[in-house]
Amino acid sequence: MLDGLLLGFQTILSVQNLLLVLSGCAVGTIIGMLPGLGPISAIALMIPITYGFEPASGMILLAGVYYGAIFGGSTSSILINAPGVAGTVATSFDGYPLASSGQPGKALAIAAYASFAGGTIAAVLLVLTAPYLAKLSLGFQSADYFVLMLLGLCLVSAFSKRGEYLKALLMTCFGLALSTVGTDLTSGVQRFTLGRMDLIDGISFLLLAMGTFAMAEAILMVLRGDNDKFQGVTRGSMKLDRQEVKTLSPVVGRSSLLGFFVGILPGAGATIASFLAYGMEKYFTRDGPQFGTGNIKGLAAPETANNAACTGSFVPLLTLGIPGSGTTAILLGALIAYGIQPSPRLFVDQPGIFWAVIASMYIGNLFLLALNLPLIPYIARILAIPRTMLIPGILFFSIMGVYLVSFNTFDILMLSMIAFTAVCLRLLSFPMAPMLLGFILGGILEDNLRRAITLADGQWSFLWDRPSTVILIILTLLVLISPVIQRYISK
Amino acid sequence: MNKIRYCRIIHPIHLLLVLLFGITNVQASDLLDKVHFLIPAGPGGGWDGTARGVGEAMIKSGLVANVSYENLSGGGGGRAIAKLIETAPRQQNTLLISSTPMVVRSLQKIFPQSFRDLEPVASVIADYSCFAVLKDSPFNVWKDVVTAFKKNPRLTKVAGGSVRGSTDHFVIANAFKLSGGSPRDVVYVPYDGGGKAMIGLLTGETQIISTGLSEAIEMHRSGEIRILAVTSETRLQEASELPTLMEQGVDMTFANWRGFFAAPGHSPELYDKMIDTIAEVIATPAFSDVRKRNGWAQLHIQGEAFHEFLEQQEIEIGTLMKELGFLR
Repeated sequence: MLDGLLLGFQTILSVQNLLLVLSGCAVGTIIGMLPGLGPISAIALMIPITYGFEPASGMILLAGVYYGAIFGGSTSSILINAPGVAGTVATSFDGYPLASSGQPGKALAIAAYASFAGGTIAAVLLVLTAPYLAKLSLGFQSADYFVLMLLGLCLVSAFSKRGEYLKALLMTCFGLALSTVGTDLTSGVQRFTLGRMDLIDGISFLLLAMGTFAMAEAILMVLRGDNDKFQGVTRGSMKLDRQEVKTLSPVVGRSSLLGFFVGILPGAGATIASFLAYGMEKYFTRDGPQFGTGNIKGLAAPETANNAACTGSFVPLLTLGIPGSGTTAILLGALIAYGIQPSPRLFVDQPGIFWAVIASMYIGNLFLLALNLPLIPYIARILAIPRTMLIPGILFFSIMGVYLVSFNTFDILMLSMIAFTAVCLRLLSFPMAPMLLGFILGGILEDNLRRAITLADGQWSFLWDRPSTVILIILTLLVLISPVIQRYISK
Repeated sequence: MNKIRYCRIIHPIHLLLVLLFGITNVQASDLLDKVHFLIPAGPGGGWDGTARGVGEAMIKSGLVANVSYENLSGGGGGRAIAKLIETAPRQQNTLLISSTPMVVRSLQKIFPQSFRDLEPVASVIADYSCFAVLKDSPFNVWKDVVTAFKKNPRLTKVAGGSVRGSTDHFVIANAFKLSGGSPRDVVYVPYDGGGKAMIGLLTGETQIISTGLSEAIEMHRSGEIRILAVTSETRLQEASELPTLMEQGVDMTFANWRGFFAAPGHSPELYDKMIDTIAEVIATPAFSDVRKRNGWAQLHIQGEAFHEFLEQQEIEIGTLMKELGFLR
């Protein structure tokens, strides 16, 4: 194990490779910062450049791009409420309020530290447990995914403010309803597409998030007329005091574990991991009610989980040769292009590559931190731009980002419609986060439920047939009744 | 037959273009000097990879100096087809990449156009389908699966990486049908992509997987799964250990082709030029590098033959989809 890791470091610790990590991180961060463009676009753009390289060098560059893009995505989430990647949507829930309350430097620093910690802890877990994890991820059947998504939905109250539970519930159902648009996987039938071919692939999550956050936020800024709200705001302190470090450490630890384990499940992924981490943290900590107003825990939890899950998603790729997410599917394409086919034998056949990929995770995370901490003061100055210029800028980058993903003008129309609806709903103080939660869980929930029913010959017996499903159901029930128990105990 | 189709849609603008480009280009060279690839999906997928791979070979071999790409997703590929037809007069250098799902989707009326509305240029590569089981499965040959299926279709639940009624589903349904079973009885379990379908097989919730050979071959070689049958006509050069369905007594072949289409209404000379350009490119060492790097099998059918191949495939798929109840 240790000699393997040493071999990996030996492979990648050359001047050339270190430069590659550095440039990968830089390019990834810049692309990731553009709203809408995430790791998939960034890696797809960089792959042709890597064809002439050694496989290990190519992977190192791409790993840098990958982590850079995720980090860049959280930067735009935090500063302008425009998530660059689906996985960083939850980051904006507390990151944006924290940044706009005059502490952008601290918000970005926490995001950088949390990303680093999440990525590194997950990389350690990956090295220690990869062989067993493959088995674990294969123990998860459709029925289990269904119950896991139910568990996620039970956290909906975590995404609502006190006294707005009914509104949160309504918005969750709205999100669930939106997730049914498009071609139904199980029957092949098109649902709610209004006869438009642009809707047969459903509504994209990123589009929904950009409309409800970035664009709606820009419009609300105009409506509220808060022209000079942030003027004169400095970047704020970047330092965390001892108390804050103490508060954050357990959050980061828990979220790393949660994120990593959700990440290794091929049917879940980074976005769900970040939502679950945010929900769990809010649900189970005492200052939960302050989440959503710029709480540092609410920022650190999804950011850690998101990065840990990205590392976790390498487990099915490296141990089974199966991509568990869109990004790892692209990376698989790159590996095949280098003449390497990841398979259960990769670890034995080509230890050099296997360990180089893992070592590049450590190095990528480290460089990202080193690269970005000094840059934070400059990045944070985005908020010092006068509103009259920032608002058109946000609108421009949101629209461009959405267009660059699909090159389809219908998406721009759709974005505007979503933004308009979101502005109306937000003015009536309906929360947006529960809708996104319902939307992202809805599709996976439905597909897995119907698969489980098909597999169980139309019976509901899949709910109690296997111990892992039963355990997850018990967990879900515990989450549901825990507020009652807490109240009972405190009396 | 080709000529008749061109004549039917002659239009003053086309005539002008034909005159302009026909004359200048024929004199210059018999290949395209500029290629614009229209990719009906976002960056990073199979269509994108194929178009960019062919483009890379064009540049590296020096056959075509000027290559550009345009991604236009939406409508399962229908949006790009519509655009190519609408703007046909100014698309003399455009090649649209597509594959078998184009035939399926136009049958399903997901988009109103079919390959007949475009000019089929050539197919370049193919991914054959295959059926695989877990390493410790009781099924050893395709016949075992059929026997179990006839006894009880629930013993052979099929994992597939695409929507019900699409490629993975009807390929195996057809195989069961030609082995004497009822295609409607197949218990097909759809997953979101071939990778997740493979996991569905590995978790043991399904007994057999219907997927593209390229997505299964490495798992087969590492011994995790066993491929029982491939849908190629004869055994493949790259994987001669894999038995075909044909040699197991099932008279069925299926190739998921990927190939290029041009805008309608241009001169036969221009289409010949496109056909020649593709033929030259795929014969270059640069393209065989790209092909090997990606594990693609070559399937080069061009011009009129490609059109006939598509018609044949449309009939086969259409008949089967009617039987399965996906088409009326």
